[in-house]
Amino acid sequence: MLFEVVIKSLVNGCMYALMAIGLTLVYGLLRILHIAHAALFTLGAYAGVIVANATGSIALGMGAAILSAGVAGVLIYRFAYQPVLKHPHHVPLIISVGLLIVLEDGFRILFGGYGITFNDNPYNTATVAALGITFNYVEIAMVGSAVVLIGTFMAVVNHTRIGIGWRATVSDPQMALSFGVDPIRVRYMNFLIGSALGAIAGMLLALMTNLVEPAMGATLSYKGLAIVVLGGLGSVRGTLLASLMLGLIEAMGSLYLSDHLDPNALGFLFLIAVLMFRPQGLFTRA
Amino acid sequence: MNEYVISILCIVAINTILALGLNVISGFCGQISLGHAAFYGFGAYCAAKLALLGWPFTATLLAATLATGLAGVFVGIASLRVRFDFLAITTIGVGFVFVGFVRKQKWLGGELGLTGIPHSGLSATEEMMLIVTAALLLVAFCLYLKRSWMGFGFSAIARDEDAAQTIAINVPGFKLAAFGIGTAMAGFAGAFYAYFSKAVLPDTFSFVQSVAILTAVVIGGMGSVIGVTIAAVILTLLPEWFRFIADYRLLVFGALLILMMFFSPGGLAGLLEKVSGGRKLE
Repeated sequence: MLFEVVIKSLVNGCMYALMAIGLTLVYGLLRILHIAHAALFTLGAYAGVIVANATGSIALGMGAAILSAGVAGVLIYRFAYQPVLKHPHHVPLIISVGLLIVLEDGFRILFGGYGITFNDNPYNTATVAALGITFNYVEIAMVGSAVVLIGTFMAVVNHTRIGIGWRATVSDPQMALSFGVDPIRVRYMNFLIGSALGAIAGMLLALMTNLVEPAMGATLSYKGLAIVVLGGLGSVRGTLLASLMLGLIEAMGSLYLSDHLDPNALGFLFLIAVLMFRPQGLFTRA
Repeated sequence: MNEYVISILCIVAINTILALGLNVISGFCGQISLGHAAFYGFGAYCAAKLALLGWPFTATLLAATLATGLAGVFVGIASLRVRFDFLAITTIGVGFVFVGFVRKQKWLGGELGLTGIPHSGLSATEEMMLIVTAALLLVAFCLYLKRSWMGFGFSAIARDEDAAQTIAINVPGFKLAAFGIGTAMAGFAGAFYAYFSKAVLPDTFSFVQSVAILTAVVIGGMGSVIGVTIAAVILTLLPEWFRFIADYRLLVFGALLILMMFFSPGGLAGLLEKVSGGRKLE
């Protein structure tokens, strides 16, 4: 039982990781708390379910999810954040909160408050058994895509010219510019990749629960913020560790504490406790 | 005055007090809080529980206000460790932990909340007079606070915390004072709300409510008492005047937040300052 809970917590942890990487990327580069990221997660799921139901192909749906969220992410950067980058900190934060509630309410008005289900979703009922635990295909896909995508991403960041340019821009935009890196292109790429990863997580979550609803990203976005802080704002490796940890803590919490506290609030309780002792986050040096 | 007008006036007054309280924390003192609804809820639950235990109206109001102020100072102590973005996230967290905790407590009614809160003993009109008077007094208090020594301390911290520290302003002390005052106001609004609505539900005090309070502060202009008061009144009445807005309330609030940040980060107060050629709105 306990073993199963721990293993299954990896699935949620991987979803958190896919979602939170976008937040970390944006924070690392622009110091903006991109709360609206969660709306892109939901947007991806909506685009995915609509295309999948229209064409009958879940693969096409996934493509639509990635494309729509990636483009929307870039648009949000260009039209919502870029004009206010020079303003005080709270300005982009409040714009982001505004965007999140506008988009969420927009989804509710456009597609109804009760959500959309897939017409044909064979993957969340098809199962495989291993180590005495039954997994459905979507859970395996979630872990698999997190490992492959984030692995590829880390490899690109660490070993290619593009990645080196990206890291240079994060640590010193002015210097990177004088060495011929185009910081604006880096930012577009950042939003494109982060949003696309978020949309993949959104689509997979939709497949797992077989439901797309306006508020599906809401709780997740706040959890994403908690993860990003725990990981040490802007650190990709820290974000990964914090995501898996949050998955585990929540799984444990729902086993032992669910009579006393909503598992959704556990992450924040942990976060507040951590911030009291290590205000710089868990995985960063002081 | 008919019942509808009386209840609208009560809600206007409650929302004004909530916005003024957050304005002390975020506007005067520059500490962005995205969890103000938790303190509103804290006050409401305190009052509801005490009223159900048989406490009289006045004692309940006072006790709930004080308890919430203390809780606010406690959260304020936590917030001394973190700044800016971290603080915004921590306060979101406080909101979630509050709702997540209350939801699961049997003695607080769980998901269904506390109902059947006893009557305050006042008539509806008297209740309305009380809360509206309280709101007006708090407007006056905030105007006074802004000009007081403490108000200068707050604004020094809001401008530049390190510089304030250098000129021997007691930064932690003033921050805790701002949290204490602002949250006590939310607690008072919550306690009154418990008597007014006769029921408290966990969902009333969710993140959305925190955003709604923040919207009033931002639209009014952070730090401007008059601006925030006007914004709180208008934002409460808007869905009442235009019924169709009620269905799209969040959409309208979100859009207002975005537009205001783009065109006048100083809110209504900033707009008026531009129009009147530099005269500041208190």
